[in-house]
Amino acid sequence: MEVTKIENVTRIFRVGDVETQALRGVNLSIENGEFTALVGPSGSGKTTLLQLIGCLDQPTSGNVYINGKDVSKLNRNQRADMRRGTIGFIFQFFALIPTLTAYENIEMPLLLVGESASKRKERVTELLEAVELTDRAHHRPDQLSGGQQQRVAIARALATRPSLILADEPTANLDTPNGKQVMETMTRLNRETGVTFVFATHDPRVIQYARRVITLRDGVIIENHSGEAQV
Amino acid sequence: MNQLVKMAIRDLGRNRRRSFFSSLALGLGLALMITMAAVIKGEMSGAMDTTIRLQSGHLQIRAKSYEESKTSLKWEDLVENPVEIADQIASLDPVLAASPRLFASGIVSVRDKSTGVRIFGIDPLSEVNAPYRIGLIEGSFVNADDREGVLIGQPLAEKLGVKVGEQINLSINTSDGDVNEQVFIIRGIYSTRTNAFDSLTVFLPIAKAQTITKTENHASTIFVLLKDKNQTDAVISALQSSRYEVLDWINMNDLIIKTEEMANSYMNLFYLIVLGITATVIVNTLIMSVFERTREIGILSAIGMKSRSIMAMFLAETSLLAIGGIVMGVILGLFAVGYLAKVGIYVGNMGLTMLFGNYIYPELTFADALKTTIFAFIITLLAGIYPAVIASRMEPVQAMRGGK
Ligand SMILES: Nc1ncnc2c1ncn2[C@@H]1O[C@H](COP(=O)(O)OP(=O)(O)OP(=O)(O)O)[C@@H](O)[C@H]1O
Ligand SMILES: [Mg+2]
Repeated sequence: MEVTKIENVTRIFRVGDVETQALRGVNLSIENGEFTALVGPSGSGKTTLLQLIGCLDQPTSGNVYINGKDVSKLNRNQRADMRRGTIGFIFQFFALIPTLTAYENIEMPLLLVGESASKRKERVTELLEAVELTDRAHHRPDQLSGGQQQRVAIARALATRPSLILADEPTANLDTPNGKQVMETMTRLNRETGVTFVFATHDPRVIQYARRVITLRDGVIIENHSGEAQV
Repeated sequence: MNQLVKMAIRDLGRNRRRSFFSSLALGLGLALMITMAAVIKGEMSGAMDTTIRLQSGHLQIRAKSYEESKTSLKWEDLVENPVEIADQIASLDPVLAASPRLFASGIVSVRDKSTGVRIFGIDPLSEVNAPYRIGLIEGSFVNADDREGVLIGQPLAEKLGVKVGEQINLSINTSDGDVNEQVFIIRGIYSTRTNAFDSLTVFLPIAKAQTITKTENHASTIFVLLKDKNQTDAVISALQSSRYEVLDWINMNDLIIKTEEMANSYMNLFYLIVLGITATVIVNTLIMSVFERTREIGILSAIGMKSRSIMAMFLAETSLLAIGGIVMGVILGLFAVGYLAKVGIYVGNMGLTMLFGNYIYPELTFADALKTTIFAFIITLLAGIYPAVIASRMEPVQAMRGGK
């Protein structure tokens, strides 16, 4: 079954008199369990597309479906409801809450869906183990390395067992070994839990982990290639 | 959700100095409000107490036709057989003491100086006149049968340049419209520490005052003090008579009560101004905090936190700042009021007709403390809505774009 389906989506940004056509008619369907890379030159619309799939933004025209539900016309609060529990995010800049510990950051989405205290504890402990950070549970983000922070972000994205995790250049701020560890963690979790990953990237070392590569240029998909991951 | 409060506390902790100073601004504002409320209350209840003690008493019995402003001495405007009536009243249980008084106007002159005064003919032995006796600073009190002795206030003595034992010339209006003149000896100089009273009032024994004004066996008023001023109404109903009217301390001191009401409404305006300033400081802090945390708010929103919760988190921060400020304000305010209540605030002779004491002793009531505190909290919280709304309207896309 498809996690998300995108039909004839356009997104036009207006800043003053300047109009930017970030997406010009994108059609795309992503199945459950995919591990897919979104590639293309800077400004080609990767982040814009992830934001639309992630219900962070609305298309100028066209429809976005998440688990069969049309989300393109939802208001702010409805989109927040949609994101909560259904979609996890991993951002380029790690994006942890600086005042919360690793443990509390991972717990946050669970609190937002109203999970009980004992269930939260169980789940956070399990996730810390999955990203190999049990011994860093009570560190704040500024006491963690970039790679560790990004693994906390992965754990947080997974916390509510969403159907879809969107990652925007998850390794762009990491060195090679850390980037590798992050990608391996994501691959392993995809294989073990079956959660769908879509990630935008420029990095050829990251692209090789993908089983499907979608290439964007100037707001349209120019290549859509499925195969086996090269690692 | 207590997670929101936890985050709010940690966010304030991130910038401790800024949080502290914003709270302190509110604290200083609140301390000022508390102090001012106590000063006004102290001033007004001081003025009321002083006026009751020195001038109005709790009750007065006067002839219905008596006009205070004219200090009339016509027999029909006076109370007849005043001693008898005073004794009757004094026998009532809630009454502390009752005593006749005769008021007249006159002019004191010494050598080339002269000044208008009011003459109080009093019974020197009555307890109602204790405040004047206690206030004696030089010489002795007048005796009931003294025929040529007077008491004058310290400011008047200074103004005329006279001492105890020296002579003054007193011209006094009489009941038939003439003026009687006589030389008196200053027996004593008193101070009630209330300039407006002391610079104007000359005491004579009532018997002498009656002879000189030709009002034998008459008094302007029967001055009554109660054991407890809450008994006023009960005593009034016991005293109803067809010939005389009974005035109580509330209607005799209408001006003080009106002034207090007016002062209180000005105080509310004053509170709003003070809180307007402190709220600006707090709003400013919170707005800075909101913009510094644009990305963070975007992340919270991206992972599904509702606008309402984001608002609640910022309102929790405002509340914490407000609570901190209130704690500091109440402590500072109590210290300020406590100190001022001990030393008093010198206001001296403000040249007012109202009898303010020379010192104001601030008086903080629980009601005033509570009112200012709640007012401070509510205004601060209302002010906090604005930054909270800004935060709750931030777009989650911010989280994905832009660097640190
Ligand atoms: N909020 C916005 N306002 C105006 N223009 C925007 C906005 N967001 C994106 N754009 C424009 O839309 C186009 C696509 O931007 P997008 O961020 O999706 O590209 P990208 O593929 O993610 O690029 P990069 O690889 O550099 O991250 C760009 O031309 C960008 O300038
Ligand atoms: Mg991008």
